[in-house]
Amino acid sequence: MTHSIDVKLNMDYPGFNLDVELSLPGKGVTVVFGPSGSGKTTFLRCLAGLERATSGYLKWADQIWQDEEIFIPIHQRKVGLVFQESRLFPHLSIQENLLYGYHRTVERNLHLDEVAQVLGLEALLQRYPDKLSGGERQRVAIGRALLTSPKLLLMDEPLASLDMQRKAEIIPFIKRIEDEFKTPIIYVTHSMNEVLQLVDTMVILKAGRLVNSGPVGKVFSDVRLKEVMGPDQLGAVLETSVVAHDAEFGLTQLDFMGQTLNVPQQNITVGKELRVHIHSKDVSLSTAPPAGATSVLNILQAKVKKIGTLDPKGYSVDIELDAGHTLLATITRKSLSNLDLKPGQLVYAHIKAIKMVHSQHEAELD
Amino acid sequence: MNIPIIDLQPIWISLQLATVTVGILLVLATPVAWWLAHTQSRSRVVVEALVALPLVLPPTVLGFYLLIVLGPHGWIGGPVQALTGSSLTFSFTGLVIASILYSLPFVVQPLHGAFESIGKIPLETAQSLGATRLDAFFSVILPLARRGYLTAIVLGFAHTLGEFGVVLMVGGNIPGKTKVISIEIYDRVEVLEYAQAHILSAGLLVFSFVVLVLVYSVNRRLPVQVT
Repeated sequence: MTHSIDVKLNMDYPGFNLDVELSLPGKGVTVVFGPSGSGKTTFLRCLAGLERATSGYLKWADQIWQDEEIFIPIHQRKVGLVFQESRLFPHLSIQENLLYGYHRTVERNLHLDEVAQVLGLEALLQRYPDKLSGGERQRVAIGRALLTSPKLLLMDEPLASLDMQRKAEIIPFIKRIEDEFKTPIIYVTHSMNEVLQLVDTMVILKAGRLVNSGPVGKVFSDVRLKEVMGPDQLGAVLETSVVAHDAEFGLTQLDFMGQTLNVPQQNITVGKELRVHIHSKDVSLSTAPPAGATSVLNILQAKVKKIGTLDPKGYSVDIELDAGHTLLATITRKSLSNLDLKPGQLVYAHIKAIKMVHSQHEAELD
Repeated sequence: MNIPIIDLQPIWISLQLATVTVGILLVLATPVAWWLAHTQSRSRVVVEALVALPLVLPPTVLGFYLLIVLGPHGWIGGPVQALTGSSLTFSFTGLVIASILYSLPFVVQPLHGAFESIGKIPLETAQSLGATRLDAFFSVILPLARRGYLTAIVLGFAHTLGEFGVVLMVGGNIPGKTKVISIEIYDRVEVLEYAQAHILSAGLLVFSFVVLVLVYSVNRRLPVQVT
């Protein structure tokens, strides 16, 4: 059974004000994204009960965590917390660290054996934190939080202090937590790339305000994301499924809403899902199908849905396309004028590069 | 050669005094040191200065005021005498009170340093794992602060053993009651019994040296805790 989390927070700091109101789904992975100073960590600390918002309302399922009178302290909220640093207790062995919260939990749904197995910690149990690598320590920290059988796992930039390789090592474990234990995760980060393969629901904050929230596909179709993530990161996130592998040319064919996309061969079984990110700067448009041969492999038919606001000082414009799911393209204002695009018009979207979210790998296909 | 006869009673009283004083000080100094390490209150500097005062004050000054406060007409001594019928001054209890004040900085400061270097994060982490504040203190903070506690215990103990001025002012020199080792040494010298003074002094010297060597070597062996 899933519950939603109702959040209304207002908090004043000198020179900063956090004011958000939203409802989060009590399942899957929710990523709270924002640049530094967006208030995302404060948001998480309020959820955890580490800080008390000046005025706020927090409700998990039918339990009120905070309103005008009530304030449930952190140790009674039954949330698991994972921070940027692992914060393991140096005087305790890995097993003792893992069991610290477990021994203080009354209703235990998760146990040492299964958590150690899922997170690959069996061989580390008798060691001490100073003998572990950064990635191992972070896995122990996740396991320790999980062993309190939390109703909610809150993660504050848990991978920020790790290098790319270690990050890639841990992400599958976080995915397994969701799959195996069904513990909803709220994950705060300023780096979208590291979690794009995990995220179900996105919350975008900027300067203490909510920019957008909702399912990842919907939020990534919003051109306002540009202000938060930078123009290079703007682009639609699409759910596709693997249709076939073409060994001769080293390609994998993906189905996207009845149209085909080609990507470099992936080690994924046919029928499995694959999430891809298509940056708007990698999409160009034509009003007619290519007359002659073209080297562009991926051409999708789409309808112009919305033409972004024209900035007379800028040279480019963002176009929202409907290809069964929103697709974003950034073209020059001059091209817009040449093509004379109108909402509802049929166009061909030439996709120059596709980013396979699971491998952090971007492929140019031309 | 005559083997000088040593009165063991002052040694025994000194050890009792130091043990009781350090025991009480650990309980009193822990919250003070914790508060000093974590507060943002402006009164912090005042409390810090008060705690450090016995370090710079001549023991006779401290002893003088204690004599007045604990005496039969003092704010504390008066009511206590009325209640129990016995005086705080020139008693073991009076000595304990005086020693607590006199050795306070030697216990508070190492704990303050230890708590400060541990920071708030381990406490917050323990609480996020379901521990109450008290539970978190005993299961996480105390083990992490063990070097600080060891230093505090040893310094507090050794300093109490070595005190002279305050004890003389508040406790007097009552054999079997308030006569401690340092006063016994003074007494022996006064009556020119240098042999006994030598044995007691050398004993105290060797004891202090051995204890400090032990503490420093144990402290080196305890790993520095990094979270």
